[in-house]
Amino acid sequence: MKDKGATAGIAIGGSSVILAVLLICFYLLYEVMPLFANAEIEQTAQYAMPEQSRGDSYYLTVEEQNEVAMRVAKDGSVVFFSAQDGRVIDVVETPRAQVVTSFAMEDDTSRIMGLGYEDGQVLLMQHNYKITYPDGKRKITPVIDFPFGEEPIYVANFAIEKLALRNSETALTIVAIGAEQSRLVSIEREENFITEEVELTQNAVDLPHVDNIQEVLISGDQRYVYVATASGLMTEFDIRDLGEVTLKAEHELLSDGAELVSMSYLLGQSSIMVSDNKGKVSQWFNVRDENNVENLTFIRDTQQPTSIVSVAMEQRRKGFATLDDRGVVAIYNATSTREVINEKLSDSSAYLIAFSPRANGLLLEDSQGVRFFHIENEHPEVSWSSLWSQVWYEGYQEPTYTWQSSAANNDFEPKYSLMPLAFGTLKAAFYAMLMAVPLAICGAIYTAYFMAPNLRRKVKPVIELMEALPTVILGFLAGLFFAPFLEENLAAAFSILVVMPIGILLFAYLWSRLPNQIRWLLPEGWQPLILIPVVAFLGWFCVAMSPVIELVMFDGNIRGFITNDLGITFDQRNALVVGFAMGFAVIPTIFSITEDAIFSVPKALTQGSLALGATYWQTLVRVVMPTASPGIFSAVMIGMGRAVGETMIVLMATGNTPIMDVNIFEGMRTLAANLAVEVPESEVGSTHYRILFLAAFVLFLFTFVVNTLAETVRQHLRKKYGSL
Amino acid sequence: MKKTSVSNWFKSGEPWVWLNAGAVAISVIMVIGLLLLIAVRGLGHFWPADIIEARYELPGQPAYNLVAERVESVDVPTAQLREAGIDIPEGEAFMQRTLVKTGNRDIYGSDFRWVVDAFLSDVRKPEMLIAAERHEWGNLYGYIKEVKEAGVVIAETEDKTPTESALATWQAFEASIERATEIHDDIYQIEKHDIGAINHGLERLRLKQRRYELNNKLTPEALADLDAERAELDIEYKGLQQQLITLYGEINRDTVVFEAMDGTVLELNVAKVVRAYRPNAMNGFGKIGFYGDKLWEFLSAEPREANTEGGVFPAIFGTVMMVLLMTILVTPFGVVAAVYLREYASQGWFTRVIRIAVNNLAGVPSIVYGVFGLGFFIYFMGSSIDQAFFPEALPAPTFGTGGLMWASITLALLTVPVVIVATEEGLSRIPRNVREGSLALGATKAETLWRVVLPMASPAIMTGVILAVARAAGEVAPLMLVGVVKLAPSLPLDGNYPFIHLDQKFMHLGFHIYDVGFQSPNVEAARPLVYATALLLVIVIALLNFAAVTIRNHLREKYKSLEM
Repeated sequence: MKDKGATAGIAIGGSSVILAVLLICFYLLYEVMPLFANAEIEQTAQYAMPEQSRGDSYYLTVEEQNEVAMRVAKDGSVVFFSAQDGRVIDVVETPRAQVVTSFAMEDDTSRIMGLGYEDGQVLLMQHNYKITYPDGKRKITPVIDFPFGEEPIYVANFAIEKLALRNSETALTIVAIGAEQSRLVSIEREENFITEEVELTQNAVDLPHVDNIQEVLISGDQRYVYVATASGLMTEFDIRDLGEVTLKAEHELLSDGAELVSMSYLLGQSSIMVSDNKGKVSQWFNVRDENNVENLTFIRDTQQPTSIVSVAMEQRRKGFATLDDRGVVAIYNATSTREVINEKLSDSSAYLIAFSPRANGLLLEDSQGVRFFHIENEHPEVSWSSLWSQVWYEGYQEPTYTWQSSAANNDFEPKYSLMPLAFGTLKAAFYAMLMAVPLAICGAIYTAYFMAPNLRRKVKPVIELMEALPTVILGFLAGLFFAPFLEENLAAAFSILVVMPIGILLFAYLWSRLPNQIRWLLPEGWQPLILIPVVAFLGWFCVAMSPVIELVMFDGNIRGFITNDLGITFDQRNALVVGFAMGFAVIPTIFSITEDAIFSVPKALTQGSLALGATYWQTLVRVVMPTASPGIFSAVMIGMGRAVGETMIVLMATGNTPIMDVNIFEGMRTLAANLAVEVPESEVGSTHYRILFLAAFVLFLFTFVVNTLAETVRQHLRKKYGSL
Repeated sequence: MKKTSVSNWFKSGEPWVWLNAGAVAISVIMVIGLLLLIAVRGLGHFWPADIIEARYELPGQPAYNLVAERVESVDVPTAQLREAGIDIPEGEAFMQRTLVKTGNRDIYGSDFRWVVDAFLSDVRKPEMLIAAERHEWGNLYGYIKEVKEAGVVIAETEDKTPTESALATWQAFEASIERATEIHDDIYQIEKHDIGAINHGLERLRLKQRRYELNNKLTPEALADLDAERAELDIEYKGLQQQLITLYGEINRDTVVFEAMDGTVLELNVAKVVRAYRPNAMNGFGKIGFYGDKLWEFLSAEPREANTEGGVFPAIFGTVMMVLLMTILVTPFGVVAAVYLREYASQGWFTRVIRIAVNNLAGVPSIVYGVFGLGFFIYFMGSSIDQAFFPEALPAPTFGTGGLMWASITLALLTVPVVIVATEEGLSRIPRNVREGSLALGATKAETLWRVVLPMASPAIMTGVILAVARAAGEVAPLMLVGVVKLAPSLPLDGNYPFIHLDQKFMHLGFHIYDVGFQSPNVEAARPLVYATALLLVIVIALLNFAAVTIRNHLREKYKSLEM
C-alpha cells in the first residue's frame, strides 16, 4: 500500500517537474502566437441610412466609445445617430442658405471639418462629445462647435469644388479649388506675450491652377500643397513663402493607365496614401537626399484585384482599410504591409468606410444603409518580414533594420526589427568564441594529454572555478576596469597577439638548447608551471611597451588614428571588451568538455599508435583529435550557446546600442541584454511585450537546438567508446 | 635527448606542445589575476589611506594647497597633457598622473581630481588632518578648528600640529560624535522599527476594512472596532513622535568647525558625521582596528548615500533569504524528478529524450527564465492570486508584482536541472547489489528507496543542491525582472505579522554590483565598494563550489570501496 502510494507520488511529482519545464516552451509560444494571428471582424449592427433624404455622406465617423456615429450628408447637414441601431440622435443643419459644394476634414483626430459653399465661403466646424454620468450611467451628447466662429471665412469668389484644410497652433491654411481657379488662404495666429491677446493675420494668394483636380492635400507642416488630377499627375507647390508660391515638383502617382480614386494622409501626416481604380494603394513620403532636399518618394504598395472605392485611415496606428467595388474590405498595416483582414462585407453598392478612433470598429455605407463591424486587430504592425527584413520607415532615407521600441512623442512609430539584435548577439558570440576557442581547446589538449596527473588535479579545478564565477562580476570588471584599461593600452591588446606566441616559442626553443641538467629539473608534463612567469612577463612587457608603440607608430594617439585615419567609430565599451570578458566566461565550459572528450579517448588507441613509432604529437593529431573531435564540436556548441544567452556581461560591457556593424571597436545590443533592459518597462499584452517574448523564444530555441545537437553528439560518442 | 636543429625541433611537434602549455598558463594566469584583482581592490577599500597635504602648482597657473588621498596613478604621454591645456616644458615623453580624492563634494562639486605628480611639491602627512565620513556629501578632509555645544564653543584650536589644544579639540569632537551616534541609533530604532510597526498595523487595518466592505460585512460594530484599534495606534504614534522631536533636538546640539584645504571654513552638524579619524596619526594596529571596524560595517550596516557608502547587509540578507527559499523548493522537486527518471520510469527513448531536455534546460539562457517568470508567475499567476486572495489591496498588486517568492520560484526552475543531473549521477553510482540486498531482505521498493538508496545518494544530492545554490547566488539577469530592487525599504523578514514577507521586493548582492557600478550617479566614489561586494560574492560562491567538489570527491571514494 505504502509502496504503491510512493510509486504514484513519485511518478506524479517527477512528471510534473518535467511538465513544468516543458511549460516554459509552451508559455513563451502562447505569448507570441497572438502576434501572428489574423484579425477578426464581425458585423454587429445593420440599419437603414439615418436621414436618407439628406443624401449620401461626404464623411462618416463614430466617437471613441463606438456609441454615437456621425455623418455629413451631401446637403451639408450633420446627422448624429446611434452606431448600434441607427436611431437619429441629433441633426445640425448648415446655418447658411447657399448650396454646399464641397467638404473637407482637417484631420480625423482634430475633428475639425470644413464646408465649402457655392459662393466661395468656407465654414469650419468641430464635432465634439460631452460625456456625463446621470444616474451612474454613461451618456454621450454630441455637439457641433465653431472653433473659428460661426461666421464663414471668405476664401474665393468661385464655387468651391475641392477643399483642403490644415490647422496648427499657429496657423490655419485653406486651399479651395474651383472649376478654373485655385486659391489659398492662410490665417496666422500670434499671441501677444504680454496681453495674451490673439492677433489674426489673414493672407490670400492665387495658386497656379491645374485642370481636372481630383484631390488636394496640405502637408502637416503647412509647407507644401499637393494637387492631383484624375490621371494621377500630382503637382507639388511650395507655399512656405506666400509671396512667391513655386511649383516644387511633379510626380506620376499612377501607372498602367489607372485612375486616381483618393489621396489622403496616414497618421502622422507624413505618408500620402494614393488609391486607384486598379486596386492599388501606394504609400509616398518625403525622403531627404544628400543635399537635404525633401523629395516625395514612392515607398510601397498593396494590391487588390478590383477598383478601390474608399480608403479609411486608422486614427492611432499607421493602418488603413480599403473597400473595393466588390464590397470586400481589406485592412492593412502600412509599414509592415501586412493584410490582416480580407473579407467580403457588403456588395458592389458599398461606397464608404470609416474607422472608429480606437480602430476596434468599422462603419460601412452601402445602398441598404449603414453597417457596423466590430474588429479585433491587436498586432497589425508585426509581420515576419517586418521583423527580419529591411523596412523603410517614415523620415528615413532608405530601408533599414531598426530596433527602436520607444520614443518621447506620440506620433512615434515603434520599429521592431529583430535583425540588429540578432546580429549583435552573433557578433558578441563571435568575438567571444574567437578568444575562447583557441585558448580553451589548446589548454584542454595539454591538460588532458600531456600534463602530469598531479598538476592536472590542481589546474582543472582552478579553470573550472571560472565557470562558477558570477557573470555580473565579469561584466562589472569588463565595463569598469577592463574597458578603460584597454582604451589606455590599445596597442598592447594587439601586440600581445603577436608577442605571446612568438615569445613562448622562443622560450621553448631556448629551453631545448639548455644543458640537460637544467632541463631535467622540470619533469615531463609540468611545462605550464615554468611558462607562467614567462607569460606574465610577456603580458606585462606588452602593456609596458604599449605607450611606446603608440608613440612610435600612432603619434601617441591610437584612438585618434582609429577614428580619423581609419574612419572607424571607437566606443570605450566595444566588442573587443565583450569578446574578452565573455570569452573568459566561455573558456571553462569549452575547456572542461573538451578535456573530458580527449581524456576519455581509450588508452589502447594512443598506446597502439605510440607503439608503432609515432611521436606524442603525431599520435595526438592523427589519432586522439579525430577520435575526440565530436566531443570538441559539442564543447564548442555548448560554449556558443552560453555566449549567445549571456546577459550581464553584454549589458555592462557594451553601450547597448542596437547597431549593425562588424566593427570591433563598436558595441552592440544582444537579444538577451535587450530583454533585460526592456521587459520590465513594456506594457503587458502589447505588441512590444509579445515581441520581447518572441526574442526570448528565439533565444530559447537557439540554445535548445544547439545544446541538443551537442548532447546527442556526446551521447553518441560515449556509446561508441563505451564498448572499447 | 640530443640537441636538434630548429627545423627538426619544429618537426618533433615540441613547439606545439609548448604553445598548448602556454594556453594553460594563460588561462591560469587570467583566473588567478582576476581573483587577485578583485581581492586587492576589494580589501584595499577599507584600509585607512594616508592623507597628503601638498602644494600643487601647474606652470602658468596659481598654486594651491592640496589635501587628498591618493587613489591611483598612471603614466600618460605629455602630448596628451598638453592637449588638456597644461603647459609642459619639452623633455619627458611620459609623466605620472595621479587620481586623488579631495572629498568635500559640497565645496568643490566633485570628490576626485587628477594631478600631475611632477608639480606637487612639499608633500607631507600632517598628523592633525582629519577625515570625516558623513551621512551626505561623502568624505570631508581638513583641520578641526572648533567644537560647539548648542552654539557655545567648548574647544578650539588654531594649530595644525598635534599641540595640546588641537588634541583636546579632537577629543571633544570624538566624544560629541559618540554621543550623536547613540542618539542616531535611538532615532533609527524608533523610526524604522517602532513607527514601521505602527504603519504596518495601520495598513493592515485599512485592508481589513476594505475586505469587510468588499464582502458587505462592514457592520457599525466592526467599524467601531477598527476605529478603536486605529485610535490606539495613533496614540502610540503620537507618543513616539514626541520622543522623536526631543531626540532630534538633542542630536542637533553640537556642531564642529573645519578648515578645508583652500582655507574654506565649514561648520558642520555633528549629527551628520558617521565617523572621523586621523589616518596619518594611526599606527599599524590602529589601522588594523579601523580596518576591522570598516569591514564589519560593510557586512552589517545598511547602505548610505544611494548605495555608494556604508554596508551591504540588506543585500546579503536578501540573497540568503532568496537562496534559502529556492533550496527549500528545488531540493524535493529535483530529487523526486531524478528518482522518477532513474528508479521508476521504464528506461527507453522517452526517458532519454527527457534526460536530454533536462540537460539542455541547464543551457537555456537565464534571462529566458526571467522573462518566463515575469510573464507566467507574476503577470499570470500573481494577478490571479491577487484577485482571489487579496482583492482588498487592489489595484495595488500584492503578488502581481515582482517579489521574493517569485524570484525564488524562478530560480528554482532555473536550477532544478542541476539538482536532477547530480542526483541521477549519485543514484547511478549506487551498486546494484546494495539495492538487491535490501529487496531480498523483504523491503518494499519504497522502503529500499527511503532507507537505503536515498541515504547513500545524499552526498550527491547535497552536491547538486550546493551547485544550485552557487548558481542561484550568482544569477542576476532573471532577478532583474522578477523582484530585485536597488533599495528595499525593509528586510523580507521582520517582526511584523506575517514575519516573512514573500511578496516583498528584496536586495541582492549581484544586482547591487550592477546597480552601484553602472547606475549610480557617482561611479568613481562607489567603485571600491563594488569591488568589495564582488569579492564577497566570489568568496561565498567559491566556498560553495569548493564544498560541492569536496563532497563529490568524498562520495566517489566512499563508493569505490563499496564496489570492491
